Amino acid sequence: MNLLFYISAIVAVVSTFLVITRTSAVHALLYLIVSLLAVALIFFALGAPFVAALEVIIYAGAIMVLFVFVIMMLNLGGTAATQETQWLRPGIWIGPSIMCLILAVELIYMFTLERERLSSAAEVTPKQVGIALFGPYVVGVELASMLLLSGLIGSYHLGRPHKH
Amino acid sequence: MERLLIANVPMEHGLILAAILFALGLAGVLARRNIVFMLMSVEIMLNAVGLAFVIAGARWGQVDGQVMFIFILTMAAAEVSVGLALVLQLYHTFKTLDVDAASTMKG
Repeated sequence: MNLLFYISAIVAVVSTFLVITRTSAVHALLYLIVSLLAVALIFFALGAPFVAALEVIIYAGAIMVLFVFVIMMLNLGGTAATQETQWLRPGIWIGPSIMCLILAVELIYMFTLERERLSSAAEVTPKQVGIALFGPYVVGVELASMLLLSGLIGSYHLGRPHKH
Repeated sequence: MERLLIANVPMEHGLILAAILFALGLAGVLARRNIVFMLMSVEIMLNAVGLAFVIAGARWGQVDGQVMFIFILTMAAAEVSVGLALVLQLYHTFKTLDVDAASTMKG
């Protein structure tokens, strides 16, 4: 369990360093997803499974899809096809794939060999998080909904085409 | 007394990891001039802060850290949607993703 944390931490730091040093946005995005998955595994090892799932679904899923959309939208045109083949040539996948493999092995190890230690009393369950969210933090949830609405309206307003 | 998390990791190590990730994100914001990379670095920083919250919550076995992480997640989602709309506007106006192109204000 201890070693799992440190391996995930090393993967997170290395992939984050590779994110900020890449020149191509798509390559950086691949490493950023690896970094987020590593952090999700750390959450899982720390006994926060709900937050680990949210990290994968919302950060590595929804937010990264937004990035991919925008990067693809900015590269429309005749050269797009050649550019995409250049981005996604086989060598690019090796780095992120190796790191993902390390994380996958860790996850399988956690589920098979450390199962009894995972179900320890110190784990904070999703139920407790939900009770806290709609108990003492209900005002925060309402404010978060307003923030999301303002984000929606703001991005709609900014994304409209210019009136000339 | 050394304070341990569930995974028998000292809390300091977790917080050091969060600090390293935050510093990498900050370095990305400062060093890169491509606005997409700057947004990614901001995401890294937000994620590092969320990691610090969850580690602190796990140390005391409280839910508050995870609740704060969910709020940070919400904020990151709103921020990235507005930020990417700004990226599209920048690109349509200046035909480049370099933030230094947008260094002057109107008026």
